[in-house]
Amino acid sequence: MSQEASHDDGHHNLMVNNKKLIMWLFLGSDCMFFGTLISTHLIYRKLYPNEFEPTQLFSLELTSFSTFILLMSSFLMALSVSAMHKGQMKSFRRNVVGVIFFGLIFLGCQVYEFTHFAHEGLLVSTGTFGSTFYLMTGTHGVHVAIGIFWLISMLFYSQSGKMEAHKNAIDVEVAGLYWHFVDIVWIVIFTVVYLIEFIA
Amino acid sequence: MSTKITDIPSTLQQSDLNQLKPEKSDIGLTRPDHSKNVFIDWLTTVDHKKIGLMYGTLALFFLLVGGVEALVIRTQLAVPENNLVSAQMYNQLFTMHGTTMIFLAIMPLNAAFFNFLVPLQIGARDVAFPRINAFSLWSFVAGALVINFGWLLQALEAFGLFSASGPTAGMNDFVPAMGWFGYAPLTSKEFTGAGTDFWIMGLQILGVASISASFNFIVTIINMRAPGLKMMRLPVFTWMTLIVSLLIIFAFPAITIALAQLMFDRVFGTNFFSVAGGGQPILWQHLFWIFGHPEVYILVLPAMGIVSEVLPTFSKKPLFGYSIVVFSGAVIGFLGFAVWSHHMFTTGLGKIATAAFSLLTMAIAVPTGVKIFNWVGTLWGGRVRFQAPMIFALGFVWMFMMGGFSGIMHSSAPADAQQQDSYFVIAHFHYVAIGGILLAIISGIYYWLPKMIGKMWQGNLNLWVAVMTVVGLNITFFPMHFLGLLGMPRRYHTYLSGFGWETYNMVCTIGSYILGLGVALLVVDIILCFRSKKPAGNDPWDARTLEWATSSPPKVYNFAKTPIVNARDALWADKYGPESRKLGAMDEAHGIHMPSQSWMPLIASLGFIPLGLGLSLMQAGVPYAGYAAIFGLVTITFGISLWAIEGPGGYHLHPKEAVEEA
Repeated sequence: MSQEASHDDGHHNLMVNNKKLIMWLFLGSDCMFFGTLISTHLIYRKLYPNEFEPTQLFSLELTSFSTFILLMSSFLMALSVSAMHKGQMKSFRRNVVGVIFFGLIFLGCQVYEFTHFAHEGLLVSTGTFGSTFYLMTGTHGVHVAIGIFWLISMLFYSQSGKMEAHKNAIDVEVAGLYWHFVDIVWIVIFTVVYLIEFIA
Repeated sequence: MSTKITDIPSTLQQSDLNQLKPEKSDIGLTRPDHSKNVFIDWLTTVDHKKIGLMYGTLALFFLLVGGVEALVIRTQLAVPENNLVSAQMYNQLFTMHGTTMIFLAIMPLNAAFFNFLVPLQIGARDVAFPRINAFSLWSFVAGALVINFGWLLQALEAFGLFSASGPTAGMNDFVPAMGWFGYAPLTSKEFTGAGTDFWIMGLQILGVASISASFNFIVTIINMRAPGLKMMRLPVFTWMTLIVSLLIIFAFPAITIALAQLMFDRVFGTNFFSVAGGGQPILWQHLFWIFGHPEVYILVLPAMGIVSEVLPTFSKKPLFGYSIVVFSGAVIGFLGFAVWSHHMFTTGLGKIATAAFSLLTMAIAVPTGVKIFNWVGTLWGGRVRFQAPMIFALGFVWMFMMGGFSGIMHSSAPADAQQQDSYFVIAHFHYVAIGGILLAIISGIYYWLPKMIGKMWQGNLNLWVAVMTVVGLNITFFPMHFLGLLGMPRRYHTYLSGFGWETYNMVCTIGSYILGLGVALLVVDIILCFRSKKPAGNDPWDARTLEWATSSPPKVYNFAKTPIVNARDALWADKYGPESRKLGAMDEAHGIHMPSQSWMPLIASLGFIPLGLGLSLMQAGVPYAGYAAIFGLVTITFGISLWAIEGPGGYHLHPKEAVEEA
């Protein structure tokens, strides 16, 4: 056993790395966070069907665009994880920059959407719809922002030349899990909060 | 405790001392390892044993705080139309009594046992993420400070050193006063002041502490078991830790979001629970109890784990029906998510929902009863030794059953409609909380403290503690059943004479003082144990599980060689079993890798204090409070960033025992 290997976390009974396991547990817990937020929204939506008419406000084109961008950022994230595993640092950095850029576009769309909605009269204090909508999508936005901060830190760290495939691939993979999860949550929100409103 | 720190080098050979040098982090930070300064050593520690001891000490302190609050409540109620404390103060006392006992006493006492015991019971060096463990401890401290901050303001105001002026004038409710479950709309801005904000932020921070600790324990138990320690060989206490941790990570999000919604209602004027804007106060009740009912099992399952360790040891028998005890614990945890509405039978859920929740609640009695029968089965035919831990464990089985019986009465919705919000409910959950959980925790303290500090109990004070607590709790809470059935409502500041409540209330108050004295004697006994000269030895109780295989107190690395487990009750099998089931030892030629200590968990957690206080005071209209919140957020980000950059670090140890054997 090399000196390096003896610094590992030790054996893993489940054959899953500790960092990966704790991220999966966090994501499980996070499901409950978003579950509570989305349920609150749907409960009030059912309780007060006529309180607010979101179809007039929602721009399906804009939100579809930002959803597509977020999906594509997940694609780039997968590419950067793969590049890191192969030790291709240049490709890794290029793809991470792409993820960050797409994430920022998504956040930009959300900021635009929020200001636009507020301008049109939907405030956090507008009935229950404003409350549930902004807290739910805002929490998702904060998740995206934390992800971007995380990836930017990783990008800087990779510039220091200390990032190595055998050591840090797992860190990138864990960040990737988080990013994909945030993406999946958005697909759920996009479906049950935006798209459903346009049915019937 | 300072002797333990200087212990470390003495366990090493001189030639290995150079191995103690910690790795340097990427940004050249030196880690605070092997500090001669006691304060630095404990503040930066990542050792699960020290963290456990700190959890335990702080939790015992808050147990006394909550206990004093309870005694003031009982004194106020001793006679009719008493005016010892004002109605407002009374509300603050029962709110903080509940909050303190649940979040600051019992949960961290359980966490103290989790921390100290789980790595030892599974033969690991430490938890999976030692720094996250330290972060959980210090976040708990931050949350406790924020939630109790109102007492400080109130005291300052009482002594004339501080007066609320400007927008905060007239809001003399700095201490939470809306009950520990904070029902809407009492928590809205119209009715309560800064106290509610401290409560919201404090609970939020405590939630961070609990959830992060739980992630850590799940990973530790699933991934760090010693070779051969299969899941169905785990000690039951470790099993219950795993189940409780899973409950925490899935139950706490509900209250985290509910608290966030409440905070938004108060700070930003949203309408989640405000009736004027269309909000439904009942939503709070659902969200709260979706968390709140699993929380009940979060409190009691570790107690069941403790008792499942103590009873077999002092009966000299293996636990009767190990797998069914474990499985029952899992079923209790699972069903715990499906019964929250039994707290809300009187809110008008409709017949179907009420019947369903009633049925599921009754169903929980089945796995609980299975456990009780298994404990009795363990005693049956055993060589029972009535030593201190056993006395309290037996007390647990009996008293917890009493609480369970009244619990089954509540599960019937029509009966519950009569008992709702009466002293009958108080009697029920105090039998569970004190007769059940507290007795089990005392049993755990008597069982494991010799392991934790390496000193053995002396004298017979433990008998007095047992008599005082068991007798005291029965005198206090048994009459409350009658009070409840006579119609005395809970949370009333005082009452008129002539309802037939006077005698019962006086008896309850006398009982509470006996119980209080019992807990005080426990603290005296613990202090005496710390000053005891009698060494505990590795295995003072002739016990069964792995933690008794190592020294008392365990060395920083826990086991000189990682044990290889070949049986369920690993140490018992090693002592009395056939050759094939004895403990093995793993050869670690390269020494033991220990994680480095760190300041970062402490710094990141301390950021929660300005964040929590800042957001609370901002709502109350204190100028510049928002900047404190931003400062807190920056501190947290700074701490976590440096934490990531410094890396786990570490150094190597070559314990003398291991080297000599080799």
